[in-house]
Order: sequence, then C-alpha cells, then structure tokens
Amino acid sequence: MPEVFVEKISGFPEGDRRIVFHGGLEIGVFHWQGRFYAYQNLCLHQGGPCCEGVIMHKVEDVLATDKTWLGQRFSDDEAHFVCPWHGYEYDIKTGECAGNRKLRLKSYEVVRRGDDLYVVTG
Amino acid sequence: MELQPNDFRRMSVEEFDTTKLLAHASKQAKERGYDRFAIVDVDSHHYENESMSEILEYLDDPVLRQLALAGAKPNAKNARILNTMVGYQDMGGRIPRYGLRSLEKTPPGKDQRDAALTKRWMDAVGVDVAVLFPTPMLALGVHPQVEVEIALSRVYNRWLCERVLAHEPRLVSMLYLPFNDPDATYRFVEEFGGRKGVVGFLITSTRYRPVHANQYMKTYALLEEMGLPIAFHGSYHWHDQAQGMLNRFISVHALGFVWYNMCHLANWIINGLPERFPKLKVMWLESGLAWIPFMMQRFDNEYMMRTSEAPALKRLPSDYMRDMYFASQPMEITDMRLLEETFRVINAETQLVYSSDYPHWDFDLPSTIYDLPFLGETAKRNILGGNAMRLFNLKLGAGKLARVA
Repeated sequence: MPEVFVEKISGFPEGDRRIVFHGGLEIGVFHWQGRFYAYQNLCLHQGGPCCEGVIMHKVEDVLATDKTWLGQRFSDDEAHFVCPWHGYEYDIKTGECAGNRKLRLKSYEVVRRGDDLYVVTG
Repeated sequence: MELQPNDFRRMSVEEFDTTKLLAHASKQAKERGYDRFAIVDVDSHHYENESMSEILEYLDDPVLRQLALAGAKPNAKNARILNTMVGYQDMGGRIPRYGLRSLEKTPPGKDQRDAALTKRWMDAVGVDVAVLFPTPMLALGVHPQVEVEIALSRVYNRWLCERVLAHEPRLVSMLYLPFNDPDATYRFVEEFGGRKGVVGFLITSTRYRPVHANQYMKTYALLEEMGLPIAFHGSYHWHDQAQGMLNRFISVHALGFVWYNMCHLANWIINGLPERFPKLKVMWLESGLAWIPFMMQRFDNEYMMRTSEAPALKRLPSDYMRDMYFASQPMEITDMRLLEETFRVINAETQLVYSSDYPHWDFDLPSTIYDLPFLGETAKRNILGGNAMRLFNLKLGAGKLARVA
C-alpha cells in the first residue's frame, strides 16, 4: 500500500489540517481532538475542495421537554468542515455528509511512524 | 469556529485568488473537453456596489449625487441610497469568498476590476461568454423611491456599457429596466437597445407591478421589433409579508426566488401576452427548474375548467411555456428521474440555457449539465452554449475564448 508523507506530528497542531497532493489525488488530513482523519478533497456535490473550507461545530436546535423551541446552539461534540464552494457540510470524525448521512467522503487510513504522519493512498 | 483561509489552496489571509479556489473546476473543464465547444453563461453576477464610486460618476442629478456620495462614506452609518435586504447569503462565513473577495488582486491599469475578476472565473471554469448582472441592485425594484430606481439603474447601465461591455467581447448583458415607471422602461430600451454588448433587457422580478398592465405594451412591442429578449430574474424579499412568515433564510431563498417569477409568468400567460407578442423572446432566470412542471400542470388543469377567464389563449398554458427560455441554475439535482422528466416537458434541448450564477453561493458549474446521464452530446452542447448563441445571436468566431487555467 503506497504511503504519502503528510507532516511531522510535532508540527501539526490540534485543530489544524493539511492538504496532501499525490499524483492527481488530493487528501485533506485533519488533526481533531487528538486523532487524525483523512478524506478525499472532493465534494460529493459539484467536486469542490471540501476539505479546505472552514470548520464549524454543528448547529443544533434546543427544545424544551414540552417540544417548544428555545433557541439554537453549537454542538459540543460534533464539528463539520464546510465545502467553500456551496456549503456542503461533512462530519470531521466520519466524513459523512451532514445533510444526508448515506453520503460519505472517501476516507484514508492514517499511519504514525514516530513523529511522521502518513496517509495510505492505496 | 474561525475563518481558516491559511489552508485555502495555500492562500494566505492577505490574498484571495479565484483561480485557486476554482482549481477543481478547471480540472473538470480539461477532463470533459470543454475546449471542443462554446459555453455561454446566461446569468452571472458582479458586485456593482464595490464599483459604486465609478458608477456614480455618471449620475447627473446633483441632489441625488450628493445623497449617494454622502451615504457611501465609511462613517455614514445608516445613510445609503441603495436599499439592502436582511439575508445570509454567505451562510454565516461558511462561504469564504464573500468575506475574502475584497482581498483579491487584479492587474493595475488594465481591465476594469469587475471585468477582470469576472474573466478570471470564466477562464477557470471554461465559460466563453457571460451575461453579466449586478447583485445588490436585484432589490432595486422594491426601493421606496421610484426616481432613485430610475436614476441608479440608468447610471449603472451607462457605466456597464461604457466601462465594461464596450471593451470586453466576452461580456454581454441584459440591461436593467426601471419597471416601476413604464415610460422610463420604454425610454431605456430606446436609449440602450443598440449599445454594444446589450443582448436583451432585464426585469428584476422582486417588485409589485403587473406585467400585463397596458402601460408596458409599447415596451414589449419595441423589444419584439428589435428582436431583443426580455428576462425576469428572481430574488427574495424577506420584508414581503408572505415571506415574512418564514423564519430561516433557506426558506426565504428557496421560495422567494421562485415566487415572483411564478406571479409574473401567470400574468404573462393568462393575459395572453404570448399571443399579442408572438415573436418576443421571454426568459426566466435563477428560479431553477422544479417550478416549471408545477406551473404547467397547475395552469393547464385550471385552464381546462376556467377557459373563459383566459380568452386570449389559443393553446394550453404549458404550450406557451415551452416557447420560453429557462436558465438552469440553481438546478435541483437530488432526484435524477424527476429532473429528466422536467427536461422532457420543457423541451430542454432547445429551450434550456446554462447559467452559473457565479460568484453567488449556489452557483452551478457547466458539469451540472455535462454530467447528466440522460443527455446526449448534442443536447449538452446546446444547453451549455448553442441555445444561448442562437437566442442572443452571438457570433463567437473561431476557437475557444476561455483560457482554462
């Protein structure tokens, strides 16, 4: 399985991301809450560079026990990266499309070797 | 929850480059061979408010000019001449090009900035010719002062003709009509109808004037005589009482951009304007496609029962609609079978014209048409360029104009 070097882990802070170019392939690698996640940088909508967009926490409605609406908040647990072309949102931890969980970005295995970080492109 | 442009194609926050943003679109253009045929975009935009100082140079009225210039100063706070609307087109920062656009650099002293930025994205996606429209002025039809609508749209039209269209063969436009004043509307067609790059006229649909009012007949007759299309461009209006019932921008956008065009189309057909002006070409912009089969079925069904209320018609309402032209964006792509049926009922191969709406948030690339599994190559090329070239009588000459980045 071909491996592509991403970054020294010591130089890849929490919350940051890298875009790896390998042949015609682009992979977005995210460092999020102590783990690394890698997805193809190709939006399922119109092919935009989805991994390069802003990261925003999921917006949630807040309902009372009687089902009345109290307001909105940002999720403490779930964060999305947003395709800069049209706004398609993807769950950082799964690559699932927030608007339709049946859709999921192609993901890649991430391998640590000492302080070096690789993605497996095979 | 912060803007992170540093990873943006390795762009720093000090720069923003449309070519880099659209690198994947350029790849699509090369993979699909857009160099083999012409692509015409019938609905694209620029931000005329960012060139307002140039535009206001054309404003002759000294009092309005003073009001406009005073309102344009950075410390003017709530003073402004151009009406604005509540809205969240940038999705709260999720679409970074809204916030970063002002950082984009253009070569000094060559092209007008709006033209340079427009040609940059056209080259990136493979568009040869674009029909260019303003952005904030899409709301000018609900400006409380009719005289301001007339004045601002006239200076915009003059600026566009003289500073942009006169110098840019790849840019054309359908010029804004101040539809709240029927006489001024007629004068605009007379004044601008023969200018270089003017391929038709535009009615921003968000307004409250009936298209069948007798005062407009002379304008339609003139357009028909000149062979210039008339286009209706959708937009939203959250201050409209009906749309005011909607609490989220997604709802206002989804319904608003269709609502006014539905009203105008209903009036256009039921009052028999296609029979009165059979050679006048009519276009509908930025309402997507899903509304069209609804209108066809709804009005055909009711017309069969209430024929006496539309005595001017000699055919079914849907038959008149099939003579009209529809711009594709924002094309609803979530149900391919429904979309295929929609293409069938509107005779898409001859009546559908590709539009991007770039740089707005819901733009469509040419691949939205080119990749449709139910279209043949001829139909794809007609929709992406051929139909618009015939509609606007465009002569592109030999070779591809777009230089795909």
